[in-house]
Amino acid sequence: MFNREFEAMPLNKMRELQTERLKWAIRHAYENNAFYRKKYDAAGFHPDQFKSLDDMKRVPFLTKQDMRENYPFGLFAVPMEKVVRVHASTGTTGNATVVGYTKNDVEVFAEVVARCLVAYGATNKDVIQVAYGYGLFTGGLGLHYGSEKLGCLTVPISGGNTERQLMLIKDFGSTMIACTPSYALNVADYIEKKRPDFDMRKTKLRAGIFGAEAWSESMRKEIETRLGIQAYDIYGLSEVIGPGVSGECSEKSGLHVHEDHFYVEIIDPETGEILPEGSKGEIVYTTITKEAFPGIRYRSRDITRLYREPCKCGRTLVKMEKVTGRSDDMLIIRGVNVFPSQIESVLMEVEGTQPHYQIIVDRKGAMDDIEVKVEVSDKLFSDEVKVLEGLSKRITDRFRSVLGISAKITLVEPQTIPRSEGKAVRVIDKRKI
Amino acid sequence: MNVKQLSIFLENKPGHLENALKVLSDKKINIMTLTIAEASDFGIARMIVNKPDEAAAALREQHFTSSITDVLAIELEDVPGALLKALHIFSKHSLNIEYMYAFTQKRGDRAVMIFRFDDIESAKKSLTAEGYNIVKNIDIIGA
Repeated sequence: MFNREFEAMPLNKMRELQTERLKWAIRHAYENNAFYRKKYDAAGFHPDQFKSLDDMKRVPFLTKQDMRENYPFGLFAVPMEKVVRVHASTGTTGNATVVGYTKNDVEVFAEVVARCLVAYGATNKDVIQVAYGYGLFTGGLGLHYGSEKLGCLTVPISGGNTERQLMLIKDFGSTMIACTPSYALNVADYIEKKRPDFDMRKTKLRAGIFGAEAWSESMRKEIETRLGIQAYDIYGLSEVIGPGVSGECSEKSGLHVHEDHFYVEIIDPETGEILPEGSKGEIVYTTITKEAFPGIRYRSRDITRLYREPCKCGRTLVKMEKVTGRSDDMLIIRGVNVFPSQIESVLMEVEGTQPHYQIIVDRKGAMDDIEVKVEVSDKLFSDEVKVLEGLSKRITDRFRSVLGISAKITLVEPQTIPRSEGKAVRVIDKRKI
Repeated sequence: MNVKQLSIFLENKPGHLENALKVLSDKKINIMTLTIAEASDFGIARMIVNKPDEAAAALREQHFTSSITDVLAIELEDVPGALLKALHIFSKHSLNIEYMYAFTQKRGDRAVMIFRFDDIESAKKSLTAEGYNIVKNIDIIGA
């Protein structure tokens, strides 16, 4: 463990620590930020009312909308001269959200990432190739600082340029690569098509650190088999700090949340009520040490479950399930809730299907119409029409039985669905246009 | 004695067959015969070409999905009833045809047809025993 004192802290001590830190964090936001003060005053809440964790339910939520409305620096709670870095979310809808860090925040960010790296088995002898984009996106610099903090040789190659990624893996002896899971599969495709001579198993690469988009267990299996590496999940949101809010350990059975910095709750996304531990719902974050950009009860829209169980790795930190979807991404098709990640899981079950797919939702008359375009790879292809039609039918049947929806499956030629080296755009919802 | 057939996956849209054939044309690959099987959204272009492996590699490079399948090219007399006679032999030996198509050019005075059997090996055995001439790849491509 990178920091055993906190990562293996007994629960009662953790609760004490969280309570103390929450008191500070809530007061810090209220006293040093006008927006929080106005919001809490209007809701009739005062930091003095927060005495124990049971009082959490009285604290108003912070929403994505609040963040957008306070663009760019409206939610900062320290004087600007204390802010040493900013990052920003991509802002696919409306304004981007700008987040700030003090020197201390940057330290915390680096530490939580370093903890994750240790949990994946890294030491200062590792060579970590950071293939997340560097820039306003938190992925690149987040992994970079965490890797340096642990003392690893850090290769700041940034995203894209697959040929060069392969060259450095070979020449620098990179042992771990950090990128999005969809990019990892792009790399596997690239090797298969353009560099069949490149044998990843003959390199020193042994693990991948994957985050920034939701990915399924079957995608993990595909990455692990095709690249011959261990695939670990790292999770985070720039609104909270960036990657490293939670991460998997050697067990790959959930992500340990760094609770000494981020207090987590699960709520019912409809009513906002706190749900008992173990329930599935929307995860809400409170940063309890962050200075520049406090996030108090931030509604992430990510759907997951929290649970405590003795973990073989020795960490006592609460675990969260791999995020299966974002309530924002959730599609309601003829009244059925569908997450793109579920569609992906179904596709991955069909032998050889690579997750190059696109979901198109449209409204024909009063009915929602869902079409899933799937690229036909060489592995899926057959010279017989009946085999390809059988494939469409198998996928259609699985959608019906697993998701309860009937979707039209369209087989399309390779490379006709747009690729991205960052986040993949999987859904086109024409109902909103 | 098997013939290598090149199959290409195509969306059922204007220009797609053209794009695929342009790849072959650029590589100076000659098509000896071709047939298209169509489903509602997609089609499969099946063809016999002079350099199937090279063609498949060029297509892959340009992001087309393709495959190479073994088929049989069988010589038939070019007279009424010759195909019927062949079909009778197939059914006698319980050989199932997945699909078939013909060459446009005759080989001497005989016709040549391509057959895709689900079990190519037993098809070969039975047809040879019945005295049919199975044309070798090398004869067809004239190399």
